[in-house]
Amino acid sequence: MDVDLQQVEEAAKELYIRALKILPPDIKAGIAALARGETDATAKTILGTMIRNIAVAEDNANLLCQDTGIPIYNVAIGRAVTVDGYALKQAIRRGCERATREHPLRSSVVHPLTRANEHTSCGRGVPVINIDFSEASEALSIEMIPKGSGSENSSWLKMAIPAEGVDAIKTFVVDCVLESGGKSCPPTVVGVGVGGTADLCVHLAKQAATRPLGSRCADPEGAELERALSSAVNQLGVGPQGLGGDSTAFAVHVETAATHITMNPVAVNMQCHSARRARATFTPAGVEYGF
Amino acid sequence: MAHYNFNTPVAETAIRALRVNDTVTLNGTLYGIRDATQIHMFDRGRKTRFDLAGHAVIHTAPNVRKVERSEAHPAGYAPVCVGTTTSARMERFTRPLMSQYGVRMIIGKGGMLADSLAAFAELGGVYLAIVGGAAALETTWIEQIEDVDLDDLNPESLWRFRVKGFGPLLVAMDSHGASLYTGLKQAAAGRRAAALASLGVK
Repeated sequence: MDVDLQQVEEAAKELYIRALKILPPDIKAGIAALARGETDATAKTILGTMIRNIAVAEDNANLLCQDTGIPIYNVAIGRAVTVDGYALKQAIRRGCERATREHPLRSSVVHPLTRANEHTSCGRGVPVINIDFSEASEALSIEMIPKGSGSENSSWLKMAIPAEGVDAIKTFVVDCVLESGGKSCPPTVVGVGVGGTADLCVHLAKQAATRPLGSRCADPEGAELERALSSAVNQLGVGPQGLGGDSTAFAVHVETAATHITMNPVAVNMQCHSARRARATFTPAGVEYGF
Repeated sequence: MAHYNFNTPVAETAIRALRVNDTVTLNGTLYGIRDATQIHMFDRGRKTRFDLAGHAVIHTAPNVRKVERSEAHPAGYAPVCVGTTTSARMERFTRPLMSQYGVRMIIGKGGMLADSLAAFAELGGVYLAIVGGAAALETTWIEQIEDVDLDDLNPESLWRFRVKGFGPLLVAMDSHGASLYTGLKQAAAGRRAAALASLGVK
């Protein structure tokens, strides 16, 4: 299966705009479930405003949140797909630039030292494009995540040591949720990376933070940890927007990787309540949009 | 817990009457301000031609569309999506905004810290919490982008919006030393031990 790069460019543009406007059904259901269970009056009002905002965004075809984020594209290439990878990345970048100019969107991306904004949502190394390979045969999928800064600024890495054990991981996650307070725009998905190298650990945390609600860690040990942590962080009472209540996190998600005998790394990356993502899947039948 | 409708600008006495958990809805002028705006105003000596005295500023950098200047769009910009960013990054600018420009209300999300609370008490100001991430709704409260200053910093320009029914906003920090965030942060920290115990942490 060959992939038309003009279609990839169009999809990269379309995906950025769709992700900013339409929340995935699992996140919508997650907010509704929290609103039903919330016992704090202020928190219930705030969750109600979030639900109203989702409807207003859809009715007005407007962006859910002003933060257009740092654009991330996760590409998964199937086994029977033939594609020029270099040109694919260029096509994605062009689509991202076009979304910014043509919609228009606020370019939230600046040079880290000069703070210069090219007004394209692009810059050195941005958009972030992650390339991976999937078991699927004739399918190429592109997931787009506009990662907002309120939650991205709530990111931490701790290179704990083996003698500190799993307790260090659990304590670190609880303390990050406390430290983050209202700054990460809760209720959040708390993404936790456990193991790997330092950079892999942070990457796992990001993957965990952006996984659909209801999904489980494929590692049974990780799945047990995320179940326990989900319950624990919602005992803290941080609440929506840090103004108190039961709804601090939709869930804690954990991703794990093997690590070194001397290492015990843990990373936290959060996703805000506007947990936006969109997906385009290319198959011989055409392009299909979803989440 | 009272509700107030304010037409901006607002006198100090009206601000001093506000208590945490009151709510406020704004009409009239609202200024949009952000990290870079304030870095340039307070670290790099730039000034704005706008009169911020008695006004509210919101921590924002909006999505806008460039359009022909007209009666409807006097600044040459139409609002696309106007929301709110995390306030705590801009903590050190609260005091100079109030002492040098007379700002009375700061609108944001996530709350501000001790120095802002002290400035609100000394100079007569409040922090009004808006729901972050609810920008599509917030945009429906914006009537017009009336003017813009320091626009070389776009999108972190100093924006002058005309707003109608902007709220309700929650008074989360008042001029009497009360902050909802301080109490909630302490309460959450107090639950840390129980949360860790539930995880079997020794």
